[in-house]
Amino acid sequence: MKKGYFGAFGGQFVPELLMPPLLELEEAMERILPSKEFQDELASELRHFVGRPTALTFCPNLSRDLGVKLWLKREDLAHGGAHKVNNTIGQALLTKKLGKTKLLAETGAGQHGVATALAAARFGLQCVIYMGALDVERQSLNVRRMKLFGAEVVPVESGTKTLKDAINAALRAWIAEQETTHYCFGTAAGPHPFPLLVRELQAVISREARIQMLDQAGKLPDYVVACVGGGSNAIGAFHEFVPDASVKLIGVEAAGSGKPGDWHSAPLSLAGSPGVLHGMHTQLIQTPEGQILPSHSIAPGLDYPGVGPEHAAYQASGRAQYVSVTDDVALDAFVTLSRNEGIMPALESSHALGWVLKNAKDMQPGSDVVVCLSGRGDKDLDIVNDYLAGKA
Amino acid sequence: MSTNILTKRISDARAKGRLGLIPFLPAGYPDKARFWAEIDQLDEAGADIIEIGMPFSDPVADGPVVEHASLKCLDAGVNLAWILGELASRKGRYKAGLVLMGYLNPVLQYGLDRFARDASSAGVHGIILADVPFEESGPIRTAFDPQGLVLIPLVGLNTTPVRMDLYAKDGRGFAYFVSVLGTTGVQSGFDTGLPATIRAGLAQAKAAFSIPVALGFGLKHPDQLKALDGLVDAAVFGSALIRHIDAGGDSKGFMQVWK
Repeated sequence: MKKGYFGAFGGQFVPELLMPPLLELEEAMERILPSKEFQDELASELRHFVGRPTALTFCPNLSRDLGVKLWLKREDLAHGGAHKVNNTIGQALLTKKLGKTKLLAETGAGQHGVATALAAARFGLQCVIYMGALDVERQSLNVRRMKLFGAEVVPVESGTKTLKDAINAALRAWIAEQETTHYCFGTAAGPHPFPLLVRELQAVISREARIQMLDQAGKLPDYVVACVGGGSNAIGAFHEFVPDASVKLIGVEAAGSGKPGDWHSAPLSLAGSPGVLHGMHTQLIQTPEGQILPSHSIAPGLDYPGVGPEHAAYQASGRAQYVSVTDDVALDAFVTLSRNEGIMPALESSHALGWVLKNAKDMQPGSDVVVCLSGRGDKDLDIVNDYLAGKA
Repeated sequence: MSTNILTKRISDARAKGRLGLIPFLPAGYPDKARFWAEIDQLDEAGADIIEIGMPFSDPVADGPVVEHASLKCLDAGVNLAWILGELASRKGRYKAGLVLMGYLNPVLQYGLDRFARDASSAGVHGIILADVPFEESGPIRTAFDPQGLVLIPLVGLNTTPVRMDLYAKDGRGFAYFVSVLGTTGVQSGFDTGLPATIRAGLAQAKAAFSIPVALGFGLKHPDQLKALDGLVDAAVFGSALIRHIDAGGDSKGFMQVWK
């Protein structure tokens, strides 16, 4: 397989000016990441700072109702409230080893921005976060959190003023500041080596979950289900199970409102086609002329018109299946899990859960289903309250 | 093999004792009708090569001036079919060499082979794709080569000698040297003299490439050209031309100042 590719997807479609820092990062990833020193330090950080391993929680009440055994991999319990920190701690550590002094990152909802900012604070790095101007308005709580951790937040006024434009701005800033700065990419997407690097750092999710299932259930799961925006929690939740052919891997994208003509965020399962954006060849939501279309989801972290290239490859090979659920299904799942199990999921994770609640009836009774609960839902209370008020 | 027309246009300018002049304008700017009048003026005023921007929704290599102009063109309905169709209807009209500059995805969706065929038959000589580094250029060159369409190499201040040689090996037309570590329209910082870093980078590029080297990104006023004499073969003007038009000027006036 061509270097930096997953099947037909991936690559390094960036201006030549970005090739030197990408090659430098690739070299560092191959040399530093596998070293015992790095792995020991990372393991220590994950244990004592992030709070890993995160629990694998059995859901007795919903399992009774659904007729399948529902397990949650509790990334909501990781420091910062989501899986994002697995990646940022690893990349911040790598940045120190590279002798760079500053992290820059894009963020959509602000979760990756917060996770980058807290990692920068922990490792004594400067931090600049690029965030679409619309998202800065919509996610003011996370903007305040980033600033408290000492990050500078730069509102991006160009294009659609959301995540995809924040990535453009961060890539541009990296061109100018590559000597001293590492671009801490937030998802398993973008130009090589980011999809590989982020997957390696997020694979801790499935490494733990596989051991926990064997320990707590005495068997492998029948399904592993995770939400997919860029796809970092899903690739992390899938990775160790990929060789286990009996384990069905399901990625759940955001279908938006589900109304014809409305934007969505489901390039794999609804209306994507292959193309090149943000340095990668992958499935995109685009016009026939190759212009990238706006995306939408009620879950800000899924709101992206592309997807990580390894997911596009798993779809093509059939190893994973990609489906979508609408905003309503996710919102209902948010409420259902809160009331029945005392766990409030992020709206992103609620998509994965919503798909299981909807489709459990079609599964073999008694199946073991692991849902990656990628984050906690506190950040989404305003959105959910508005929804419940509208429904009442 | 006959000399590539882009190479020849720049060599001809050098033979006259001046730098090759390469203005850039996004297709359809400032509006679809006036754009072609501006291109006519650029050609009549002696542009050696004209670069036409193919708009893309997510132009990562461009600064705010070019991005804003490109998005405006997209809103006006500019696409590759329009650009190539209009160029085909004007074929043979321009003395200048013609280059299209943009990003890969619109070209990919149009179809690489179809694009190469249509661009070539519309009189286009070369293509710059800002998000295609050497590593990803194979399939594109394979599609362009049979049509005689040249993929212009784009290198910069941080391009190592080894990478410079990769581009130089198959380089045709001219090489585009980016003068700043940044995006289009960013201050290059050589309002008075030429910084040693740019001087060294250009010397390295001139040594690596047998084709002419054009300097782009960050040129603001004609005095800057004097500092480039002997170091480079041609200069590209993008943001400066857009600003000139935004301020109410036209391309003819712009060229008079620079020539």
